[in-house]
Amino acid sequence: MFIKQLSIFVENKPGRLSSITELLEKNNIDIRALSIADTRDFGILRLIVNDPDKALNALKSADYSVTLTNVIAIGIEDTPGGLHKAMDILYKNNISVEYMYAFISKSKDTAYVILRVENNDKAVTAMEENNIQVLTSKDIYEM
Amino acid sequence: MSEYWNESMECATPYEMESLQSFRLSQTVRRVYENVPYYRQKMDEHGVKPEDIRSVKDLSKLPFTIKQDLRDTYPYGLFAVPMEDVVRVHASSGTTGKQIVVGYTQNDVDTWSECAARAITAAGGGKHDFMHISYGYGLFTGGLGMHYGAEKVGATVIPASVGNTKRQITILKDFGSTLICCTPSYALFLAETMQEMGLTKDDIKLKAGVFGAEPWTEEMRREIEDKLGIKAYDIYGLSEIIGPGVSFECEEQTGMHINEDHFIPEIIDPDTGEVLPDGEEGELVFSCITKEAFPLLRYRTRDIAVLKREKCSCGRTLVKMLKPRGRSDDMLIIRGVNVFPSQVESVLLSLGNTSPYYQLIVDRVNNTDTLEIQIEISPEMLSDTVKNIEEQEAAIRTAVESTLGIAAKIRLVEPKAIARSEGKAVRVIDKRKLI
Repeated sequence: MFIKQLSIFVENKPGRLSSITELLEKNNIDIRALSIADTRDFGILRLIVNDPDKALNALKSADYSVTLTNVIAIGIEDTPGGLHKAMDILYKNNISVEYMYAFISKSKDTAYVILRVENNDKAVTAMEENNIQVLTSKDIYEM
Repeated sequence: MSEYWNESMECATPYEMESLQSFRLSQTVRRVYENVPYYRQKMDEHGVKPEDIRSVKDLSKLPFTIKQDLRDTYPYGLFAVPMEDVVRVHASSGTTGKQIVVGYTQNDVDTWSECAARAITAAGGGKHDFMHISYGYGLFTGGLGMHYGAEKVGATVIPASVGNTKRQITILKDFGSTLICCTPSYALFLAETMQEMGLTKDDIKLKAGVFGAEPWTEEMRREIEDKLGIKAYDIYGLSEIIGPGVSFECEEQTGMHINEDHFIPEIIDPDTGEVLPDGEEGELVFSCITKEAFPLLRYRTRDIAVLKREKCSCGRTLVKMLKPRGRSDDMLIIRGVNVFPSQVESVLLSLGNTSPYYQLIVDRVNNTDTLEIQIEISPEMLSDTVKNIEEQEAAIRTAVESTLGIAAKIRLVEPKAIARSEGKAVRVIDKRKLI
């Protein structure tokens, strides 16, 4: 039900991102979605990939500071108001969003949103009760 | 149950010790006056003659020796014996200026071995032990000093020296090392590397370590003891006096016993040079009273310490010095405030979840000193949200500022971003000196 997201600590220095992407390429890791939260001195690179455990091991052996976080992926209609429907459900169920990021699918009419909320179980239940598609890890990894 | 290497000296009565010191001091002063022109001139200028020094109480009549004197007489100007009697020289690393050279006669090497043997014995070491020495061998006194001490107690010496940490760990494991000597920062690095190699403290046989050559904190001691499963003993020394073994810790771990039958300690006010009573903090000064080749008198170490004469549960009567708070050379003055890197380390380790790898970067921007503390992010600190990490940064900043009394910028860096050291850890980069 939950998706494993890689969270990587990255110093704000030239070449850091490129060395991570190089490592991912070498290990044949396919990126599904990403976002970066940045501060003045460092950022946290969040990645959804096809094989999070393999990516975690590769990054750890290269001395990166990396951890896995459980997040939720939902599928919404790629039309005006599609995201609002999901946000409204969270609001009405009093679930706060820590952060989120979205990507569109190869099929035209669906967009996906990665959600990090304070209570994953509660969010999943709320989405399902309102007929919003919650993706399994298999859906994401094999996308 | 305490074991001593030399019970009659380590447990002498105060009267016995003072009589011995007085005798040895007066002999040494006479010898130095006769054989070292530099000292003769210094004593003459100071208006003191060898016959004025009859007992320990007369010590304060002598002028101080400072590092600059050693540089001025580089390389052999302070040697008190002909070079044919010198069997060994060592040199200081010269991190704060020109290097200095020290020399040893065969008797000096024996004295040194004796001092190191006392330290190893106090750490529980003996002939049944395998002693792994990861100090550098060479001009640095650490490696050979501990090596000779370990041979003296009859231990099986493993002269691993520095470098190739993974191989060192294989040796530790395969050779069955029971004791180790290195810098405390290298001990932590060994522990970290062991973990990376998938080994735990149960895979090695170490029971104790004797660590020195750089300042370290109680928190760091606990971390080493915990990670390597050993008891960690402190040892102190400086090549100008003899090398490691000037003082050493016993099982009580409340200060280091000074081998005062060889080196008379004093604590002085670093500003006025006035001798301070036992128990007060000041600069540590040593006079060598048995050394033949390089007998320094009233040498100012720049180390800030306290002398303690209270009875020790180990039975030794040798005076104790509290762990130096830092070298006054290491002391930084930032915006007028005295800062020791060890204070920062103490704060970091007390917070619990930070890594012990840090570096202080001091700079001057628009005529104002700035302090940045770089700390490697630990697995415990990492989070997927910026907010969590920033809260931890703020907690470190608050703790550091309340300890140091000045503001510091905390900058988290990636693991291994701070260079590992196999000798003394580089804790400070002072960019102000480059201008």
